[in-house]
Amino acid sequence: MTNTAYETIIGLEVHVQLQTETKLFCRCSTSFGAAPNTQTCPVCIGLPGSLPVMNRHAYALGLKTAVALNCTIPEFTKWDRKQYFYPDLPKGYQISQFDLPMSEHGWLEISDPKGEFATKKVGITRAHLEDDAGKSMHDERAGKSDSRIDLNRTGTPLLEIVSDPDLRSPAEARAFLSELKLLLTYLGVSDCNMQEGSLRVDANINLHIPLDDRTAATPIVEIKNMNSFRAVERALQYEANRQFDAWQSNPVELGKPGGHKTTRGWDDQAQITRIQRQKEESSDYRYFPDPDLLPVTTTAAEVAAVRGQLGALPAALRVTLIEKYKIDEYDAHVLVNQGQPLVDYFEALAAACGDGKRASNWVQQDVLRLLNETETTIEQFPVSAAALGELLKAIVAGEVDNTRAKDVLQEMLDTNASAADAMAQLGIEKVDSSDLESLCRELLDANPAVVADLKQGKMKAVGALIGQAKKKNPNVNPGQIKSLCIELVQQLPS
Amino acid sequence: MSLLDASATQLLQQLAAAEITAVEVTQAYLDQITRHDATVRSFLSVPADEALAQAAAVDARRGRGERLGPLAGLPVAVKDNLCTTGWATSCGSRMLENFRSPYDATVIARLKAADAVLIGKTNLDEFAMGGSTENSAFFPTTNPWDASRTPGGSSGGSAACVAASMAPLSIGSDTGGSIRQPAGFCGVTGLKPTYGRVSRYGLVAFASSLDQVGPLARTAEDAALLLQTIAGHDPLDSTSAPVDLPDYVGTVREPLAGLRLGLVREHFGPGLDDEVEQAVRQAIREFESLGATVTEISLPHSQYAIATYYVIAPSEASSNLARYDGVHYGYRTDETEMLAELAAEKKQLQAAGDQAGLDDLDTPLMRLYRRSRSEAFGSEVKRRIMLGAYALSAGYKDAYYVKALKVRRLIRGDYDAAFQDVDLIVGPTAPTAAFGLGDMVDDPLAMYLQDLYTVSANLAGIAGMSIPCGMTAGGLPIGLHLQAPPFAEDRLLRAGHMFQQATDWHTRRPELTTASPSGTSQKQLP
Ligand SMILES: [Zn+2]
Repeated sequence: MTNTAYETIIGLEVHVQLQTETKLFCRCSTSFGAAPNTQTCPVCIGLPGSLPVMNRHAYALGLKTAVALNCTIPEFTKWDRKQYFYPDLPKGYQISQFDLPMSEHGWLEISDPKGEFATKKVGITRAHLEDDAGKSMHDERAGKSDSRIDLNRTGTPLLEIVSDPDLRSPAEARAFLSELKLLLTYLGVSDCNMQEGSLRVDANINLHIPLDDRTAATPIVEIKNMNSFRAVERALQYEANRQFDAWQSNPVELGKPGGHKTTRGWDDQAQITRIQRQKEESSDYRYFPDPDLLPVTTTAAEVAAVRGQLGALPAALRVTLIEKYKIDEYDAHVLVNQGQPLVDYFEALAAACGDGKRASNWVQQDVLRLLNETETTIEQFPVSAAALGELLKAIVAGEVDNTRAKDVLQEMLDTNASAADAMAQLGIEKVDSSDLESLCRELLDANPAVVADLKQGKMKAVGALIGQAKKKNPNVNPGQIKSLCIELVQQLPS
Repeated sequence: MSLLDASATQLLQQLAAAEITAVEVTQAYLDQITRHDATVRSFLSVPADEALAQAAAVDARRGRGERLGPLAGLPVAVKDNLCTTGWATSCGSRMLENFRSPYDATVIARLKAADAVLIGKTNLDEFAMGGSTENSAFFPTTNPWDASRTPGGSSGGSAACVAASMAPLSIGSDTGGSIRQPAGFCGVTGLKPTYGRVSRYGLVAFASSLDQVGPLARTAEDAALLLQTIAGHDPLDSTSAPVDLPDYVGTVREPLAGLRLGLVREHFGPGLDDEVEQAVRQAIREFESLGATVTEISLPHSQYAIATYYVIAPSEASSNLARYDGVHYGYRTDETEMLAELAAEKKQLQAAGDQAGLDDLDTPLMRLYRRSRSEAFGSEVKRRIMLGAYALSAGYKDAYYVKALKVRRLIRGDYDAAFQDVDLIVGPTAPTAAFGLGDMVDDPLAMYLQDLYTVSANLAGIAGMSIPCGMTAGGLPIGLHLQAPPFAEDRLLRAGHMFQQATDWHTRRPELTTASPSGTSQKQLP
């Protein structure tokens, strides 16, 4: 929805758990789902005297992501302590990066093949590393409020990616998140599982409202507790509407009295945001450089090496597919958004059959449908791209029509046969052109009403003949029947 | 020579020659503890049975001809801020009174691997914050030379137990002078290594960028022995330096030819006690007679060292001590009482219709933090947490913390320049000899000035050592402070040994009494 009464200004903060074997500053496992407090050690639970040691692999994953986000990588970065008291933060501070983050000033391009918004580069303010907190579980039984704390997650490496306030609609915000998630998946740096908390999103939103002589800004609201991209989109839509309503009933401006930033939580059940209570003094985190850790230096050569090893990333890959296989932008989006393995399959298939558009249609319509039905991934799909390529070649050669080819694919799946064997098993063979012509003449003779319709230009009438033709010989190609029948009718004297 | 009078080096030789057993040595020191620690009070815990068992195990292994570690059978006392499995690690605080560490500090692990016998955990100012050991939450340690005086601090227990022959060697930690000042007050040799020389893993942090673990001993030679075992790179401590470890033990007896000593002009100004100055100047003459040359140097920014230190150290401390929140381990307030207190306050506010008060009322969690920390931390710890939190807070950070970091770099620059011309810097360890118990408890600023000559070494990250160099007329030891460039501990030790070969201050022993520590000896004005 576009509302000309205001412009929506959105910036996102995304926390991504990096896929490392061990935590950011100790050697505990990061795997999800273990019994509470079993993946802990003196370092990550902040016992007296324990000291952090940086996990170089985590740093490398952060660096790879930052480079892929087109960020500037400074030569020197350091660790800072962000201090606050909370039971799931056993050291009393989080090790994060404050004034010298490991990367800044990047961008991520978003586009919408449906054209709902124009392609744009969304600025990345910064991406920095930090250690995750534990999980608090609030248990309220029998009027007694009790909290339990699981410190397994404490110390898991997080990359915090902060966007510039460049997003102008909830749809753009969602597209940004999808594209970011896709990028992270291609990079293999995170599993991006929102349910398990490995990708978390906070959003900042306010409105710019044009007045007669100037533009007014509404107070910024940070929205938390959104558990899916859909929830992000809905929460932002709700919040934009809420802020506009609030403005109309009581115009409070950002930075003016009462116009300070507030935090609201998304209630997915009620589909509304609710104000979260926050004490003002809690905002001073007293950042200072962590004296237990050394600064990290990264040379230009190291950055170049990382850039050289990134591989094909989604945006570039779409362009490649469009140019190389002559498919349209929409198809390129669908294929690339399914992930690298599916793109690999598509490329192999296109190469095998020599027809990119056909390969794209088959992957999207048939392969993806079968994967969905069987709940498997492309890596587990039993029909190889080469085998499917043989089938597509048979279609191009006219040996089998598109509709019957779907039966052939099913047969290939069921019996593990090659395309040729599956076609033989189904009794499919190429129909001789003289046989085809006599079949058509036979059908036209038997259906004078259809012939009459065709003579009057009602070309759809031919459909009735195709069904009959397939009954007489299942191997006939419907397209050929159609064109031949029309051709024969046109040859008849009027 | 009795076991208690022998140096650690001598004991080790006798142990190796099987002239004595580890059990005999350990028992002798335990007996000395039993006789005198009721007065000195240097130990927070003495697990005698375990120490004897450890000693017996060493003897048994020696009997079987097994290969033993370099400190095999030698008792070592350890400051109670080093994590030690099986024993309490209290840091002299109610907060950790019942804390048991599940892991050993690297220094402890290295002592164990060297087959040292851990004889006890020594008293300290709470979380190593103080210069008299009076800030211990449990009891003050007294100076073995005069029970009415402090042993200095914060490693007061570690210095006193060596002075009182209750351990031949001990481990301390030094953040602003906490090894060197008590070594000076107690007449023992104490060395603060270069920052990064000894692992801090398992040292309960006070100020992470300043803390360093080091040895206390009777002689420089013995200090070399202990440093050799505890020093060296540790992959568990990112700030531990990957620098090769010299052979301290092998080189300590080699005199330094052509030694160039620098005498800091600023360290002989107002505040320095006359007797201390005379002893230090005499010691410098002694070095000259041994072939050293002395030049006067300047450390122009040293006048800002105390101010810089008391911004940086509390800032880091405020952060390091945030983890003691009553939630995960350590002291926790009485929750029933706490909830009752909150309920009563709520009722009162409701009765008064005070909505603002009700809005501001602590959550149970906030009150848990507040009460646990208020009840378990002593006043000096609270003072430093508040100082540090203030210095790091928005609006003040640039004026205090950030500026202090700049001055810190200038102080290091002073040293770098000075060490272009001299090998070691020499001066007094502290402005006075040991002061009386209670003299400064109400005057924290006067106490902070105790660190006047020692804090700069921590700020600059260089090495420093205190060795006995004289006695006051009242019979109190005086410490000579030697400072060396980074990683030149070998130079400090060799200079110390050279001096100790020519003097006998380090051989003096206090006459210990078993009388009550409460004031029979007269006070001496500093
Ligand atoms: Zn851990």
